[in-house]
Amino acid sequence: MARLSLSHLKKTYGALTVVDNVDITVADGEFLVLLGPSGCGKTTTLRMIAGFIAPTSGAITIGEQDVTNLPPWKRHCGLVFQSYALFPHMTVAQNVAFGLEMHKVPQAERGPRVAEALRLVRLGGRYPRQLSGGQQQRVALARALAMEPQVLLLDEPLSNLDAKLRLEVRIEIRELQQKLGLTTIMVTHDQEEALTMADRLVVMEKGQVRQVGTQRELYERPADRFVAGFIGRSAFIEGAVTAQGRFRTGGGLDIACAAAAAPGSATLALRPERIAIGSEADGLPNRFPARIEHASYLGALLDVQVALNEQDRMLLQIPNRVGLAEPHVGETVTIGWAESAGLVYPQGA
Amino acid sequence: MSTGSPRLGRYALNGAAALSLGFILLPLIFVTWLAFFRQEIPSFPPEGYSLKWFAGAASNKSFIDGFELSLQIAVAATLLGLVLGVPASLALVRHRIPLGPGISTFLLLPLVMPGIVLGTATYVFQIEIELATQLPVMGSLGGLIAAHTLVVIPWVVRLVTASLAGFDRSIEEAAQNLGAGPVTTFWRVTLPSIRPGIVAAALFGFVTSFGNLEMSLFLVGPGRTTLPIAILQYLEWKIDPTVAAASLIQIVLIGAAMIVTDRYVKLSRVV
Repeated sequence: MARLSLSHLKKTYGALTVVDNVDITVADGEFLVLLGPSGCGKTTTLRMIAGFIAPTSGAITIGEQDVTNLPPWKRHCGLVFQSYALFPHMTVAQNVAFGLEMHKVPQAERGPRVAEALRLVRLGGRYPRQLSGGQQQRVALARALAMEPQVLLLDEPLSNLDAKLRLEVRIEIRELQQKLGLTTIMVTHDQEEALTMADRLVVMEKGQVRQVGTQRELYERPADRFVAGFIGRSAFIEGAVTAQGRFRTGGGLDIACAAAAAPGSATLALRPERIAIGSEADGLPNRFPARIEHASYLGALLDVQVALNEQDRMLLQIPNRVGLAEPHVGETVTIGWAESAGLVYPQGA
Repeated sequence: MSTGSPRLGRYALNGAAALSLGFILLPLIFVTWLAFFRQEIPSFPPEGYSLKWFAGAASNKSFIDGFELSLQIAVAATLLGLVLGVPASLALVRHRIPLGPGISTFLLLPLVMPGIVLGTATYVFQIEIELATQLPVMGSLGGLIAAHTLVVIPWVVRLVTASLAGFDRSIEEAAQNLGAGPVTTFWRVTLPSIRPGIVAAALFGFVTSFGNLEMSLFLVGPGRTTLPIAILQYLEWKIDPTVAAASLIQIVLIGAAMIVTDRYVKLSRVV
């Protein structure tokens, strides 16, 4: 396994920039997830690493080797396709042996290595069409692993599986990745999948990397408004920073916040579960009366939207504890939050 | 709507299907029956049955020579048609070629062009070539094969294009990702995936070439006669069941080829 680094990677189609100046380094044995909405450039980035798309500029390095101008068949990175892309005219074993054959592994050595790769994914069997989606996925993984690639690339590997299987397979892939110490890049648009599998995540939008970090960093310290809204949920209140640690909402509320943003137009982002309601809000610096506009019962949680005034809206997530007074629409309650709960993003960030 | 009309519709459909099937099969049934008649002049009812016409057909020199020539031409034209048609289909399906749809239609044209028109055009063309180059094109084996390749190509283009349409290109990328270069990828992954289309194309191209009469009439030279032409010439002088026997042998051979092919490639799926 090897280190992978992308430096100033860029891809343009005419006037359209699909991947813009992406700089990422993946450590040896690290599981990095590229996360973002569709069209953000994550798949294009992965395909550039695999060699199917030539970057407009920038460089890709695997281990010590610059592979930017190498064709796909000389790159030694195993790719698991979203559609699995198994060879339908070959048996499972032939599929897995294909990479070994291409890399001139002696015939005698192939059998044991195919068996080993299939054992890793707990499979054997016949033609791909006789397998279920989950099994095909495992064959695709075994095929990529058999040739002992330097980097493993996963292109939305779980998106064609049903929900239950997806949970199992994502744990399996993660365990396998850790056991073998595989340097891995996975592309996904599924946030939960990304959060459970990754060592580190890269959030992309419109071809650009918005933030690189661990799950906790992304959730607690989103770099910008997009990340704050994309990773988890946030309520956004438009307004302006008036002085050090003071934020004035569009509806005229004066809020204490920890951030030291320069005065000017800004957005305040608040996580719904960080907002206290009723007596729990006692003693907090930001306390306001709020009228309940919507309340959804979600089982473990109650999802509530409140209005602080004509303009300012807020989202609350209340855990469904024993003895909870169920909120009613139209009722006025007191809500409050700590200074540190609010993150301030200047206009344009 | 009354409840009876869907059933009525089904009867009408089945009836029409039976009628068309009968219309197709009736001549085949008569040819088969006729091949076993004992008398020389086909008349009903038969005076008796005999296998002598098969022996006659199998020992007729012009039939045997015609069969050999037709076989040679059909095999060569089918191979040439594949060599030209498969890359053409790949290019047309895979790449944005200027006038692509126009070229596709153009390549299918020999299939819909009346045989006589095709024959006349090819005849004139080959004469012009011969005049311009002083090479003996007219009536040569090469000239016949070239013309027959023309009627094989539409089958190849049509059937291979159809099998490429449902082809998942990511399996080619998978092969490349696993270390296969473009040539290996083509032989090991692309070609096996479109094999049903290619096999079907070869079969239909072969049959079309083997049975071609109208175009070949213009292009055969002295001492060079294909089987359909030999049969036609025989019919000009005699109407005994030898011709029926020769036709039946052809039908059986082609039918057998189709059944064998169908075992490996489900023809109903690609045509």
